[in-house]
Amino acid sequence: MTGNRALNIVLGLYVLLIFIFVFAPIVFSLVFSLNSQRFPTIPLGEFSTEWYEKILADPDIWRAALNSLIVSGCSAVLGTILGFATAYSDFRYSFRFKGPYLALILLPPTIPLIIMALAMLAWLSRLGLSGQLWSIIIAHSVLTAPFAMAIIRLRLQQMDPDLEAAAWNLGGSEWQAMRHVILPFCAPAIVSALCLTAAVSFDEFAVAWFVSGLNKTVPVAILEIVQGNIDPQVNAIGTFVFLTSMTLVILAQVFFISRQIRKTS
Amino acid sequence: MTKRLDLYALTWRLPIILWQLVFFVGPVLFMVAISFFVVRNYRMQPAFDFVNWEKMLGRGYVWDSYWYTLFIASLSAAIAMLIAFPAAYALAFRASENLRRWAIFLLIIPFFTSYLVRTFSWYVILAETGVLNALLGYVGLGPYTMLNTHFGTVVGYLTLTLPLAVILQTVTMANIDRTLIEAARNLGCKPLATIWRVVIPLSKTGLIIAALFCFILSFGDFIAPFYLGGSQEPTLPILILDTTKSGQQWPRAAVVAIMMMLTLFAIAFTAIALAYRKPKGAR
Repeated sequence: MTGNRALNIVLGLYVLLIFIFVFAPIVFSLVFSLNSQRFPTIPLGEFSTEWYEKILADPDIWRAALNSLIVSGCSAVLGTILGFATAYSDFRYSFRFKGPYLALILLPPTIPLIIMALAMLAWLSRLGLSGQLWSIIIAHSVLTAPFAMAIIRLRLQQMDPDLEAAAWNLGGSEWQAMRHVILPFCAPAIVSALCLTAAVSFDEFAVAWFVSGLNKTVPVAILEIVQGNIDPQVNAIGTFVFLTSMTLVILAQVFFISRQIRKTS
Repeated sequence: MTKRLDLYALTWRLPIILWQLVFFVGPVLFMVAISFFVVRNYRMQPAFDFVNWEKMLGRGYVWDSYWYTLFIASLSAAIAMLIAFPAAYALAFRASENLRRWAIFLLIIPFFTSYLVRTFSWYVILAETGVLNALLGYVGLGPYTMLNTHFGTVVGYLTLTLPLAVILQTVTMANIDRTLIEAARNLGCKPLATIWRVVIPLSKTGLIIAALFCFILSFGDFIAPFYLGGSQEPTLPILILDTTKSGQQWPRAAVVAIMMMLTLFAIAFTAIALAYRKPKGAR
């Protein structure tokens, strides 16, 4: 059927166009970061590492990078702990008000970030907790926990519930069963959850901007540069940001999600 | 189950409940509370006063902004769904399983990479002397003004929502029972009619949920309308931003935030009710 083949080609090109739209900003950001023009366009200017030299010499950027590292690392650990505990409670127990309990942890991403940012700013400054790095960490733990919960819950779904009971029958306490059975079984999902929550926290700017005070993270620093004017430094910072978050997301997928998709499809 | 306090179970449940109550429910409820607070001498004071509500709801520009945000977010959600559909259809029915897996794998990546930097990149691409106009210039078109227009805003929204729309639609359609489609074809249904009368009704739930997600993301985003749309017509998120950052008017910003949340609840509720409603005549 030639008509069918023609249609397949057209549809294939269409899918390609969508991928171009999705990845164009990422690719162009990388290209522009190595381009000498102050306002990048086509034809490109000369190859230049000027913007990289500029940002690497900027102590503000280094401070922001360090802040981002601390924030995304700590929120990933906190968010994953929250997510794991919820996923395990959901897997193991049925109890009254389980629905509201799950909603409590799963709802935050459905609320627009700008609203969470305002709410967090008002509440944390009321508690005297705003303007510090750990204000961002607290807020991000709430925002990232659902992602960890989803991944770890999927993994627990694949576990035979009798496995835990068998450990108890063999004389293990509940805590020992957790340590020697559940945790090892969930390990790939936990690593994957850590990477994904770190990536979410690393790129989040609205809440971080509102509650951070003077402790800028990388996205907040970008936001402030961009507010001024066009500055190709952003592309150079963007390259590092993309590399970091892509590495995290790809690691997360390699550890767990891609196996998951393979199994379910 | 004994009445004895199960320490092990509580260890996994209680700290989470407390943490989420203090750092999720707390902020949201407090935001509702401060919408009734008053600001004197640049300081917020506890009160129960409707002044912020009267001030915000009584102003034309707030409502202009409200309807504009609703309009542009719905429009962009509709565009995302329409653009995504042929691609999702191709990935669900024409692509091999392996190819589909790779496509989804790739489309997850942008979802977790900096939206801010991608928007800035669009800014440079869409500018008057930018890449797109330069390319169009080679074929004798343009230059077009794309920044600071509705078009710019929608491109920004699509950056956020299009990958998600394609993923959700693909997964939904890939899960349709193939025999039903073959049955329709065997009974003489034309390809387009099959899509319209079999594929779409069967994937209704997934499609509505996907559209809802696109809408929520666009509705709450302030980056695209600010940087690509030029915020000539400020959307509600921009209004919140301006009101919070300049002049310490947190209570008034809270009013706008609550308007947004109520609207989102109403729309999400309607969408979910529609999504799970059984079609007429179905058992």
